Amino acid sequence: MNILVCIKQVPETTDVRINPETNTLVRDGVQSIVNPFDMYAIEEGIRIREKHGGKVTVITMGPPQAENALREAVSLGCDEAVLLTDRAFAGADTWATSYALSMAIRKIKDFDIIICGKQAIDGDTAQVGPGISTFLDIPQITYVKKIEDIKPGFIRVERLTEEGFTAIESSLPVLLTVVKEINEPRLPSLKGKMKAKSLQIAKWTAVDIGANPEKIGLPGSPTIVNRIFTPPKKAGGRIMKGDAVQIVTELVGELREKHIV
Amino acid sequence: MPLMVNEKCIGCKLCEKACPFDAIHVVEKLAVVDLDKCTLCGACVPACKFDALKIDVKRRGAANKDDFKGVWVFAEQKKGKVQSVAFELLGAGRKLADVRKSELCAVLLGKDVTGETARLFHKGADKVYVVDRPELENFLDEPYAKILDKLVKKYKPEILLAGASTIGRALIPRVAILSNTGLTADCTGLDIDPATGNLLQTRPAFGGNIMATILTDLHRPQMATVRHKVMKELAPDTSRTGQVIDVTDIDAADLSSRTKIANIVDELEKTVNLTEADVIVSGGRGLRAPENFKMLEELALVVGGAVGASRAAVDSGWMPYSHQVGQTGKTVCPKVYIACGISGAIQHLVGMQSSDVIIAINKDPDAPIFSVANYGIVGDVFEVVPQLTTKLKEVLKK
Repeated sequence: MNILVCIKQVPETTDVRINPETNTLVRDGVQSIVNPFDMYAIEEGIRIREKHGGKVTVITMGPPQAENALREAVSLGCDEAVLLTDRAFAGADTWATSYALSMAIRKIKDFDIIICGKQAIDGDTAQVGPGISTFLDIPQITYVKKIEDIKPGFIRVERLTEEGFTAIESSLPVLLTVVKEINEPRLPSLKGKMKAKSLQIAKWTAVDIGANPEKIGLPGSPTIVNRIFTPPKKAGGRIMKGDAVQIVTELVGELREKHIV
Repeated sequence: MPLMVNEKCIGCKLCEKACPFDAIHVVEKLAVVDLDKCTLCGACVPACKFDALKIDVKRRGAANKDDFKGVWVFAEQKKGKVQSVAFELLGAGRKLADVRKSELCAVLLGKDVTGETARLFHKGADKVYVVDRPELENFLDEPYAKILDKLVKKYKPEILLAGASTIGRALIPRVAILSNTGLTADCTGLDIDPATGNLLQTRPAFGGNIMATILTDLHRPQMATVRHKVMKELAPDTSRTGQVIDVTDIDAADLSSRTKIANIVDELEKTVNLTEADVIVSGGRGLRAPENFKMLEELALVVGGAVGASRAAVDSGWMPYSHQVGQTGKTVCPKVYIACGISGAIQHLVGMQSSDVIIAINKDPDAPIFSVANYGIVGDVFEVVPQLTTKLKEVLKK
C-alpha cells in the first residue's frame, strides 16, 4: 500500500487575538504547527503501512519554512516528503491549492490511498481534500472515523454523520479525510527524529509539477478576500456582581418574569 | 512583486499589525514585504489607511456572468425528508433572490421525494428541480456531484447555497471543482454588493478571530455553504406554490459510483443533539477538571437542556468532541445558552452568539464572553452554578 498524506502548516490560531484598542491582530509568540487534524492523517497512514507494508509519503504546499512541518511528519514515521514551494503558489484559495496538490500527486503517480485531515484549523473549510479527489477523478470518503478493512483494490470505512455513522466501501485509489476519533497520534521516536534531521526533502516548483500558471496561486483562485474586519460587538447586557445567592435569585426572578424559563 | 507598496506609504505600521503571517515590516518608514512569508491573503490592503498597498495580479476569469441567473438552494434530504438547514437557506436565499430580482429555486435529489416539494414552496422556493431516482436514495459523493454539476451547467444559476453539513461539505467542494468556480465555506453572512451585484460571503477567518468577506467575482455560480442554525427560515406560507421541474435526462454514467454504502447506523441516543436543544449549559477551561462537568449536567437536567463545551475543554479531554460548540464544533441557537467558565474566544462566540438569551458566568470581568451576554455574572462558577440549579429546581417545580 502506498499512502500519501497531505498536510498543512498553520499558525497555532488559538493564540491569535485581536488587540481591542488598535483593532489589529496580536501575533506575538504565535508558533507554526502541523494542522492538528493532519496529525490523525499522518498516524493513520503510518498504521496502514505497519499493517500492509508499502510507504508513506507526506506532502505539503507552502512557504519554504513549511519544510518544518514535513520534518515533523517524518519524525513520526513517514518515509518520504515533498514540499511544493514557489512564489507562484502564493495567494491560492482552496480551488488553486487542490489543483496544485493534485498535479504534484500525478507526478508521484504511484499511490493507493490519499489521506487528509478533515479540515485545517486556520481556514476551517474542509474543501481541499474533496478538491484533490475531484481533480484526480478518484472517489472520496470524508469524515472517516474508522478503517475497517483494506484489501488490494478495496477499502471499507466508517464515515461520521450527524446521526451516527455510515459504513462505506470503495475501490482504490481513494481519498479519505479523517476525524479525531480515528486514532491517537503517537509521539516522535528517536529514530524518527534522526531521520527527520537528515532526510532529503524533495522541493518542487510550479514548473516541476507541470502546473498551468493560470490555475495556481492568486491568479488561479476563483475567490478573493474583499474585506477583513473585527466582528461588531453586541451591545453589552446586564452585568451582575456580588453575593451569589442574591444574584441568582434576581436572575431567576427576571428569567421567570420574561418567560425565558 | 505581486504585493506592491507605493509612494503613499508613510511607515505607520498598520499593515505590519494587520498581517497574520508576520510578512510585513516597516524599515526606514517604508513597509517591506517578506516574500517568503507573504501568502497574498490580502489582510493588509484594507488595513492601510493611505491606499499604499496593492495586490497587482491578473486573475483568470471564466464565466460570462450575465448568462447566470437565479439563486439555488441544495435541498439536502435524509430518508426522504428535507433537512431543516435547507429551509433556513431558503430564508436567506429569498432575500438574495429578491435583491437580484431573480428566482429562488431548490434542487432536490433523492428517491420518492416529490412529496417534499410543497414544503419547499411554503418556505420560499419559486421552483424546485427534482431528480428522483432509486440510485439517489442515500447521499453518494460521486453521483450527487456529477448530477448537481450537470444541472448547474445546464440551468446556470448565479448563486448556489448548501448546508455546511457532512453531506454539504463533501458534495459542494466537488461540484465547485467540476463547475470551475469558487466556494466559500461556513458563511455567517450573505449579502449582495449593490455596486457589483456580487455575493458578499462573510465568514470567520484565521481561526475565527476576525471576519473576512469573500468574493467569487469572476466566476459563476457563486457557491457558499452555511451551517445549520445560522440563517433563519421563513414562517411557512401554505398558500405558496411553484413549478416542479422533473429532471429526467440523467445518464447511467451520472449515476455510477465507486463508493457504495454498506450500512447506515443511527446512534442518536448516544450522541447529544446539541443543535436541537432549547437550553444549553456549556463549560470551558474555568471548570478546571472533567468531573466538574457533573455540575453542569445537573443544571441541564433541571432545565431539560444539553451540555456543551468550549474547544479548550474538549482539547483538554474533559468532554468528547461531539459536545464542542464553536467554529470547529457545532453552531447552536438555543433559547437559552449558559456559558460557565468560558472566556469567549471568537472561535467559540461565532458558534453560539445567535442564541436568544445568553447567560455567562465567569470570574474575569474582562472576559470577552460578557460582550455577547444578556446576563453577565461576575463570579465563581463553583458557587453560582449549584445555586442556579437549586433556585431553578425550586421555581420550576411550582
